[in-house]
Amino acid sequence: MKDLVGIKELSKDDIELILNTASSFRDVLKRDIKKVPALRGKTVVNLFFEPSTRTKTSFELAEKRLSTDVLNFSVPTSSVVKGESLFDTVKTIEAYGVDFIVIRHSSSGVPHFIAKNVDASVINAGDGINEHPTQALLDAFSIVEKKGSLSGLKIAIVGDILHSRVAKSNIYLFSKFGANVRLIGPPTLIPDMSDYNVEVFYDMDKGLKDVDVIMMLRIQMERQGKGFFPSTLEYFKNWGLDMKRLKFAKKDAIVMHPGPMNRGIEISSDVADSGQSIILEQVTNGLAVRMAVMYLLAGVRE
Amino acid sequence: MNILIKNGHIIDPSQKIDGLGDVLIEDGKIVKIVRQSDRATVNKEKDNSLKNYRTAALPHCRTIDATGLYVLPGLVDMHTHLREPGFEYKETIKTGTMAAVRGGITSVCCMPNTNPVNDNAVVTGFIVKKALEEGVCSVYPIGAITKGQKGGELAEFGMMIGAGCIAFSDDGWPVINSLIMRRALEYSKTFNVPIISHCEDISLAEGGSMNEGRLSAQMGLKGIPSASEDVMVARDVILAEHTGGRLHIAHVSTEGSVRVIRQAKERGVNVTAETCPHYFAITEDAVRDYNTNAKVNPPLRIQRDVEAIKEGLRDGTIDVITTDHAPHHRDEKLQEFDNAPSGISGFETALSLSLQLVRDGTLTMPQLVEKMTINPSKILGLNTGTLKAGSDADVVIVDINKDFKVESERFLSKGKNTPFEGWNLKGMPVITICKGKIFD
Repeated sequence: MKDLVGIKELSKDDIELILNTASSFRDVLKRDIKKVPALRGKTVVNLFFEPSTRTKTSFELAEKRLSTDVLNFSVPTSSVVKGESLFDTVKTIEAYGVDFIVIRHSSSGVPHFIAKNVDASVINAGDGINEHPTQALLDAFSIVEKKGSLSGLKIAIVGDILHSRVAKSNIYLFSKFGANVRLIGPPTLIPDMSDYNVEVFYDMDKGLKDVDVIMMLRIQMERQGKGFFPSTLEYFKNWGLDMKRLKFAKKDAIVMHPGPMNRGIEISSDVADSGQSIILEQVTNGLAVRMAVMYLLAGVRE
Repeated sequence: MNILIKNGHIIDPSQKIDGLGDVLIEDGKIVKIVRQSDRATVNKEKDNSLKNYRTAALPHCRTIDATGLYVLPGLVDMHTHLREPGFEYKETIKTGTMAAVRGGITSVCCMPNTNPVNDNAVVTGFIVKKALEEGVCSVYPIGAITKGQKGGELAEFGMMIGAGCIAFSDDGWPVINSLIMRRALEYSKTFNVPIISHCEDISLAEGGSMNEGRLSAQMGLKGIPSASEDVMVARDVILAEHTGGRLHIAHVSTEGSVRVIRQAKERGVNVTAETCPHYFAITEDAVRDYNTNAKVNPPLRIQRDVEAIKEGLRDGTIDVITTDHAPHHRDEKLQEFDNAPSGISGFETALSLSLQLVRDGTLTMPQLVEKMTINPSKILGLNTGTLKAGSDADVVIVDINKDFKVESERFLSKGKNTPFEGWNLKGMPVITICKGKIFD
């Protein structure tokens, strides 16, 4: 497969290969000199139609560690504001002869649309409320690193699942590996995921009971006042993670968050900074996973 | 020119005809239908012109041998978008009617969401004139319920009827304000014309681009719940009952709508309903892989809705099959799923897809023909959709066994937006006759 558009499109074997490859890159990243010549001569364009600091930085650094030539194309400087269609923008970029297009877009399905229309490898860096596959891969990598495997783990995903592409990709990935996924949040923010092995809890205390992993999601402030929940205060009271609630989980449960966090809204500072939190390790693993994805796709292209 | 269509299987539900026979056309009008069973009698008649009608002795008579084919009244499509004036890059009255005729459709009713909106007699007059000059079949404009389709003030129904409108609709948009809808249903009684309602609760549907459900969750697309249609159908049915106005529900797509309409009909409410081939031929699965050509409003639903719609067609809850022909330019569909406009180019596949309802036992052939001819004609008060002597010679000859592959590039419509691309369909019109003019 030439592209990474979503976890849905990957097999279990594909995912294992990516995680194993990421493991090697993780070792590279521990060295003094972190750059490898693996993809020298390849050109990558980071096509971000939506503001992003973390994902974009992570991709860009991963690209540089692999010795690719990096082009950044973001909305304010682009011709998109001049009314050019997405199709024309992408065809123009392809004409530069790029090998990879890393794309983030607010409309679901845009990476799929582009992948169908270009020869370059397309990597989805987040599309609408559909998927964010590299985030799920780095989350899986981080969990496996701590827990050995995904199979049989009880994993709680808490918060705005409806609008979270991270949650969606994780649900697909965890289901493929036989983890027991629990979705916790208000009914207004939980989509119909009944085709997957998920259990839904509106009561967070019950949902957290004996889980191995707690994955908190960012609550977007703009959801307030749209009828999803009445206020952030009420939200934190019901679905925020604090030390008291953390005790419902297993003693060695790990706490994750894709960032950026809203301290005091979905997660309390003492939890975020506790020994159970692996939030910063997720960031480091993100680099290794993104290097692995590009490295493997380059192999497919050859 | 005179035309004799010989030996076809004639189905004309308006006269309860279902059997072999001949159709004789003179000067653009149907003159006579002679059933095979009556032929002996006819030949004994003293009237010479009829006595010899089969011998092609009539002057300038073209004979069409319809052996093994169905001969039906030309189809009446009461819900289409011809896009002219204003969106000629999507479709024109000329290309739209050409595509319709290829699909066996001889009467086309066009919705008012043009630019400018058909909300006054001047625009209606333009469409009527253009259709006479460039259209290849009959065109009947549907006027807007409200000025600019904005849902605020009633448009001038009477003046537009004078110019040629045959019904009113804000199609594309619901009439959100219940009071305005009430007034429209009341006021339209003056002229005994139907109000065609696009049922969609915008607050429930807002931002949605496909059916809401498991698939929309998995595709990360905001869904349009069935409830957004159902609640509006329920409201409009209640208003129709309250006012006694004539309500016609456009493009029924949900199980809930079918149920509400069925109950209303049982109570005697003056309501009729239509659906489109895409609501019984396919489900939301067609949008997988973000196929914008399957993006339509209301959205494609699930199998349960398809079954309910078929049941509604079978038991008469749904009176009419329309195309909701909604052509768009290729570039408009070649973009982000969220941004792509809704609509399916339907003229050239509708009859073939509908014939499947006969094959799967949902409808008999006469029932299907009824829903595509005399039923819409009656609802709109037209004189088409029939082969009665004296009517315009609008006829379609159909080969129900002829296979064809859907290739949008070969559509006569400018709109190539079909979710049926590459499908192998069975049954198609082979000859369409509009007011005595033969298209084959």
